[in-house]
Amino acid sequence: MQVRGTVLTVRRADAYHVLTLVAPAIATRFRPGQFVTIAVGGPQTSMLGRRAFAVHDVRPDHGGTVEFVFEASGPGTAWLAGLRARDPLDVVGPLGRPFPIPRDPTSCLLLGVGYGSAPLYALAARLRERGCTVDFLLGAASADRMFGALTARRTGRSATFATADGSFGARGAVTGMLDQVITQARTEVIYACAPVPVLREVVLSASKYEVPVQAMVDVPMACGTGVCMGCVLPVTGTDGITRIVRACVDGPVFRGDLVRWDDMGTIPFDAVGAPRGGWGGEEPSHDRGVIRGVAPPGGHSHAG
Amino acid sequence: MIVGLSGGSPPRGDTAMPVDMRVRLGGVELPNPVLAAAGCAGAGREIAQFTDVARIGALITKSIMAEPRTGNPAPRLAETPSGLLNSVGLQGPGIDAFLQRDLPWLLSRGARVVVSIGGQTVREYAGLAARLSDAAGVSAIEVNLSCPSAPDAGRMFALDPQAAAGVVAAVRDGARRDIPVFAKLSADVTDIVAVAGACITAGADGLSLVNALLGMAIDTVTMRPALAGTYGALSGPAIRPIAVRCIWQVRQALPDVPIIGTGGVRTGLDALELMLAGATVVGIGTAIVHDPSACARVLRELEEELATIGVDRAADVTGQAHGSARRGRLARGLSRPA
Repeated sequence: MQVRGTVLTVRRADAYHVLTLVAPAIATRFRPGQFVTIAVGGPQTSMLGRRAFAVHDVRPDHGGTVEFVFEASGPGTAWLAGLRARDPLDVVGPLGRPFPIPRDPTSCLLLGVGYGSAPLYALAARLRERGCTVDFLLGAASADRMFGALTARRTGRSATFATADGSFGARGAVTGMLDQVITQARTEVIYACAPVPVLREVVLSASKYEVPVQAMVDVPMACGTGVCMGCVLPVTGTDGITRIVRACVDGPVFRGDLVRWDDMGTIPFDAVGAPRGGWGGEEPSHDRGVIRGVAPPGGHSHAG
Repeated sequence: MIVGLSGGSPPRGDTAMPVDMRVRLGGVELPNPVLAAAGCAGAGREIAQFTDVARIGALITKSIMAEPRTGNPAPRLAETPSGLLNSVGLQGPGIDAFLQRDLPWLLSRGARVVVSIGGQTVREYAGLAARLSDAAGVSAIEVNLSCPSAPDAGRMFALDPQAAAGVVAAVRDGARRDIPVFAKLSADVTDIVAVAGACITAGADGLSLVNALLGMAIDTVTMRPALAGTYGALSGPAIRPIAVRCIWQVRQALPDVPIIGTGGVRTGLDALELMLAGATVVGIGTAIVHDPSACARVLRELEEELATIGVDRAADVTGQAHGSARRGRLARGLSRPA
């Protein structure tokens, strides 16, 4: 849905900003893992790409609010950080496939890096409703980039923290703590939202324990609706065939073992429609399968 | 919309007769002149939840090629001032999947479908035209001439009048006679009128002006090209003056040729500008990336604008900028919009 939302608050959370807006139609349809896109810069903006943000939380106040976390790192996000209460905002959402939720009580590890932890708290609430246990493993460069540590501590069965500079929790990377946490928590599934290199390592480590990973990828997007074809990555379908898919409509949550992490930013030679010995293929391709079809397990087919 | 009166005739507005938005494009009747441009509305499904695909004049598909294509690696997009640079590289499902899955879906939704085709050889284009002619429901074919030619070391067909005309002649030959063929030209040429003339002589029923322009951006952090494909196609409001200029020049040289105008249209006024330059209909492209309801919005804005000016038929404004200045807004007693 595309709605004209209204800013309720923009508040600072250490290195990040948290924006809450009133958008009932989006709030009521949201499921954890989905995202919104925002047009930045006003009606005459020169910034044509929409900014995509994983939804942190929705609440029933004011008919329905949507909250997301961002870092003011460029002109678009700086514009967002400068918004005031009651400013209008062009919002599209909820978009993308949500995190699949287990049917039965499961031991879940929620892993986030930086403000990648933002979408995990709504997921944790949903998992607890299903009788799952939730452990948190959060990482950041420094203490001021650790988002939601208090909530993690309060609501998780356990919460483990790591920062690169040692200013909060253990010194080091989350991936260094993963073996220990998986073993102690008897983790059965990992939900991860982190930069691609971290996700790659998490999937690799988890595979040793045969623990599945639901990975929310953070790749640049410009439209969020599937038209611009900008946010692509190579993903193998459950049929074993690799396709170049769009994170915005086929993700942003993918089964970790299906993403070709080592081939990110490339076109693998065996992907459907890959060039064969030159610009475009002269040889006929044997597969004419659809581009979509990378459904996460767990029976969620709703695409937002 | 704020339009002040400076005397003269009363404003048309709420009490005005509805504007007749119907247009004829190369023999095809369309309910209005606002189209989704190639490459920015996917195969329709992506924008369907934001814009009723049956309401817009027509939907021009993303360029369809003979085989499925992965396109280029990421990063594929860079934001530039009022523009987007893309090096998607013609990712698509290929003609078989398009005919099986996308075309039937669009027709079932009541959309009028203009199919954009791309190829690396003249033969590939001709084959696509023949396949589309066997399918029911194709309103027109748009020939994307900004594809690299395999025999010509990857040079775009659109850069050379002869190469462009060769493709157009083959498509016209391969396509059913009742399906109009539009040649989509690049503005990256010295003389667009020469390419336009060659395409019309080769049998094109009309022209699409213009495709995105070649551009480049460099990431100053990595100190490398921002796009994996090095160069990208620049689109968006940044290129609108170039589109207006090309449409104007071609309209002057070939006043009877129908033109699909595309290039940076974001509002109803922008659409009006392209029509005044000579476009019969207007395609909305990059604006859809920024606003998924852009087609429906631009259509509404254009209709309101035409009603305000006091135009009875949308088709009447095409090429009006070439006429006498007294026909303008001021002569109608309306001031310029802010």
